[in-house]
Amino acid sequence: MSSWIKIVPLGDIPKLGSRVVRSSKGDIAVFRTEDDKVFALHDKCPHKGGPLSQGIVYGDKVACPLHSWQIHLADGHAVEPDEGQTACFAVKVEDGSVYLEI
Amino acid sequence: MQKMKLVVVGNGMAGMRVVEELLKIAPDLYDITVFGDEPYPNYNRIMLSPVLANEQTIDDIILNTREWYAEHNITLHTNARVDRIYRESRVVYAEDGTSAPYDRLLIATGSKPFMLPIPGAELKGVIGYRDIKDTNDMIAAAKTHKHAVVIGGGLLGLEAANGLKIQGMDVTVIHKNDWLLERQLDKTAGKMLQLSLEAKGLNFMLNANTQQLIGHESGEYQGCVKAVQLDDGTELSADLVVMAVGIRPNYALAESAGIYCNRGIVVNDTMQTYDPRVYAVGECVSHRGTSYGLVAPLFEMAKVCATHLANFGIGLYKGSVTSTKLKVTGIDLFSAGDFSGGEDTEEIVLHDAVGGVYKKLIIKDDKIIGSVLYGDTADGAWYFQMLRDRKPIHEIRDMLMFGEDSLGNTGHSGQDKAAAMTDEMEVCGCNGVCKGTIVKAIKEKGLFTIDDVKKQTKAASSCGSCTGLVEQILASALGGGYAPPSTAKSVCGCTDKNHEEVREEIRRHKYLNIPDAMKGMNWRTPNGCATCRPALNYYLLSTWPHEAVDDPQSRFINERVHANIQKDGTYSVIPRMYGGVTTPDQLRKIADVADKYAVPMVKVTGGQRIDLLGVKKEDLTNMWADLDMPSGYAYAKGLRTVKTCVGSEFCRFGTQDSTKLGIDIEKAFDHMWAPHKVKFAVSGCPRNCAESGIKDVGIIGVDSGWELYVGGNGGIKTEVAQFLCKVKTAEEVIEYSGAFIQIYREEARYLDRTVHWIHRVGLDYVKQRVLDDAEGRKAAFERLLYALQGATNPWAERVEKRSEHKEFDIISIPA
Ligand code: SRM
Ligand SMILES: Cc1cc2nc3c(=O)[nH]c(=O)nc-3n(C[C@H](O)[C@H](O)[C@H](O)COP(=O)(O)OP(=O)(O)OC[C@H]3O[C@@H](n4cnc5c(N)ncnc54)[C@H](O)[C@@H]3O)c2cc1C
Ligand code: SF4
Ligand code: FES
Repeated sequence: MSSWIKIVPLGDIPKLGSRVVRSSKGDIAVFRTEDDKVFALHDKCPHKGGPLSQGIVYGDKVACPLHSWQIHLADGHAVEPDEGQTACFAVKVEDGSVYLEI
Repeated sequence: MQKMKLVVVGNGMAGMRVVEELLKIAPDLYDITVFGDEPYPNYNRIMLSPVLANEQTIDDIILNTREWYAEHNITLHTNARVDRIYRESRVVYAEDGTSAPYDRLLIATGSKPFMLPIPGAELKGVIGYRDIKDTNDMIAAAKTHKHAVVIGGGLLGLEAANGLKIQGMDVTVIHKNDWLLERQLDKTAGKMLQLSLEAKGLNFMLNANTQQLIGHESGEYQGCVKAVQLDDGTELSADLVVMAVGIRPNYALAESAGIYCNRGIVVNDTMQTYDPRVYAVGECVSHRGTSYGLVAPLFEMAKVCATHLANFGIGLYKGSVTSTKLKVTGIDLFSAGDFSGGEDTEEIVLHDAVGGVYKKLIIKDDKIIGSVLYGDTADGAWYFQMLRDRKPIHEIRDMLMFGEDSLGNTGHSGQDKAAAMTDEMEVCGCNGVCKGTIVKAIKEKGLFTIDDVKKQTKAASSCGSCTGLVEQILASALGGGYAPPSTAKSVCGCTDKNHEEVREEIRRHKYLNIPDAMKGMNWRTPNGCATCRPALNYYLLSTWPHEAVDDPQSRFINERVHANIQKDGTYSVIPRMYGGVTTPDQLRKIADVADKYAVPMVKVTGGQRIDLLGVKKEDLTNMWADLDMPSGYAYAKGLRTVKTCVGSEFCRFGTQDSTKLGIDIEKAFDHMWAPHKVKFAVSGCPRNCAESGIKDVGIIGVDSGWELYVGGNGGIKTEVAQFLCKVKTAEEVIEYSGAFIQIYREEARYLDRTVHWIHRVGLDYVKQRVLDDAEGRKAAFERLLYALQGATNPWAERVEKRSEHKEFDIISIPA
């Protein structure tokens, strides 16, 4: 059974940045965009496993720090012409706190 | 919200390029309907020549499949010729009655082959060379007939002739001038070309005018062409006549709708016609009085047009300089610009008749204005680049003719090398991409630019040293369809401004943070991309030190966390050892830290210091606290290392105290950010044990003082540093080299090493700023010192303000 777990206050994730959550399902990168949307992806690039949490966030994409693949935050898909997808997790913001569904 | 309606008339290369560009930047703005009078989806017209030469098939050259149109919700009407545009009610009608209303209309009807108005022009077997149908007609004719005549010895005519010959016909080319390709080649090169083509079995009749075409009067072939008659009475047998005497912009439709035309649909710099709702691009337009017949300019138009259709309202098309290449396998020719010569022009010519090589450059006011290359076209792209950039050439004039290689300044490999490579040979060593993969992608995916190839194949997308080779492969696959990117290119897809313009605006408007800068300069994207944000951040900081806001989120991870990311997501830690000098105490600390954090590898670097590799991110802060040494900035676009040698303190040959000077320099310029990394070296005598010859700034001690060398690089492409000057004292070394670096910091493009910057501005310029202008030098040096004032060790800062740097802490959650 999955359930919502409170992670951190939204303010603890930098805008256009991310934090790493260590879970039983591996490391999860939780991103925050300029307009305060949050997204959560498995912290592994579909290319060669680079830690997406460390990349540069822009719009609703992140550029992987290792070889610059661009990944859509919403669904974990690589931007064409690269091919691949990383797993996504549900996240939400309530009363200023970020919740992750595991 | 209801979408606007965009109708495109002309399903060809220019029109569909606009649609593709538009989908990239405003995918949801329009409902799009496309009309094309050919029965096919958009295909790569320039590849019709390889199809005729049996090198490719029709399937290979389709650019957008019908599925592609469907996927993008584009309504495509093929076999549908639009014959009416009602501009008041804003509807277009096709001949078959199909209609479509529009909010914006794009006309891209291309051009038509010009058919000589001579008797017999209407006979069967007399065709132009423009589309798939013409190509199929030629292939079919070759199966049953023998004699072909091509009228016109231009690019198109020669490609047709070559293809027909390969299809098995006897081909004669009739040309009215003295030599072939007279618009692209001078007489010498034209004659060399003729010899090569004759060796392939083609026949030529020059200075010849066609008077009429004669048909069969009776029998099975009644109404079909039989012969071509010239004005001197000569008759040539002909079962097939291809007219390739030029093209005419196809603007009849626009004109009939009352849109202003003058030998083409007249458009302004935003590709708008006289009716503001109607845009036009491609061969059908007349822009500033010019119509183009090559794809490179059409693609530039398409990009501009798309930004206006997307309502961004930026980007102007200001006309193009074009270059051409003949797509006949085995023949290398390249031509660009104006090569006719004239009063105040000069020529540089190299001619090896036996070796089959001819090169001519036309120079005016110290700039290349035209070039013709035959036999060896390896440097075509390089000359073309200089032509487009109007680069002064006096510094390299004596070597110009011998090509880019003779200057030893790029990793370029010539056409000959690209052509000689087999498909299995590796082009890109970083990503393991072979020539065959690149050629296949260019042809199958319809790629036209280096950027396309980088994206699709990854070739040239990492270290970039194979870019020259990839360019050669592109140029030979595309012919004139390839235009090298101008070096004054825009920073990235988020803006049309180039690096210099961005810097200038930051200075002029005093932007101090990225959001203001983006807003002020009309960035297309809300917060840029991973290419422009780091560049902007650097430009802001270097232009307005102590005032601009540093944005960590716009820095690449290494600079954000002051450590270098590794392939497995761990980091490396390299503390400074000023001048490569260490102490037993430091070594003990490093050893203790390595033990405590179980560092997987301790390595001596190529930069005279020690690297602790494989450190977990969450250990970094503790480790820095224990180490208590300053960051070595081994991850930074900034001052890296100052290598030194033993020098006069110990070495029997040493003339100067190189170790001390190295340490002083490293301390003086510590914490300095720059467009790219900056490395120094100081050697104590000309034996040069610190390798000063391949550093951004290399210093060599001699008995009477110090020699300064700049612009060296030991990386991707080895570059020997150039001599700048000789000074007497160590203080002078610091002032001169500081001024040099400061000007580089203020003027180079982000990610240019010093060598790339010097190649662009010239060493003379650097000398003028640093040597001739003593006050300017002092002022630049002062600006550097001001920028570095108060800078501190970033590791210590993070240890101190741990709570402000949450990014190092991992959030743990219950199982
Ligand atoms: C650690 C070191 C290799 C070593 O074990 O010795 C090293 C390691 C890396 N180098 Fe280097 N370079 C190292 C000395 C050099 C040298 C030699 C020198 O400095 O004397 C050169 C040639 C000299 C030069 O730069 O002109 C060198 C030329 C490069 C280049 C090519 C630069 C160029 O302009 O051509 C790159 C790629 C880049 O910067 O874009 C690069 C990039 C890298 C990166 C940072 C790749 C990356 O972005 O992750 C490597 C990090 C490895 C890692 O996993 O941590 N490294 N690198 C050396 C660190 C020196 C130091 O103490 O700071
Ligand atoms: C054999 C050959 C080789 C070439 N080689 C090169 C080369 O090496 N390098 C290079 O740069 N260029 C080359 N070109 C030129 C290049 O193909 C053209 O510049 C380019 O295709 C022009 O694009 P366009 O969109 O303006 O016109 P087109 O690609 O011709 O597209 C116009 C389309 O509109 C359709 N159309 C016209 N009127 C209507 C109407 N009323 N209703 C509906 N549809 C209509 C036409 O049928 C056509 O499909 C070559 C051309 C040919 C024929
Ligand atoms: S350390 Fe330098 S040379 Fe070695 S693999 Fe990495 S980038 Fe290449
Ligand atoms: S691992 Fe992400 S781009 Fe290579």
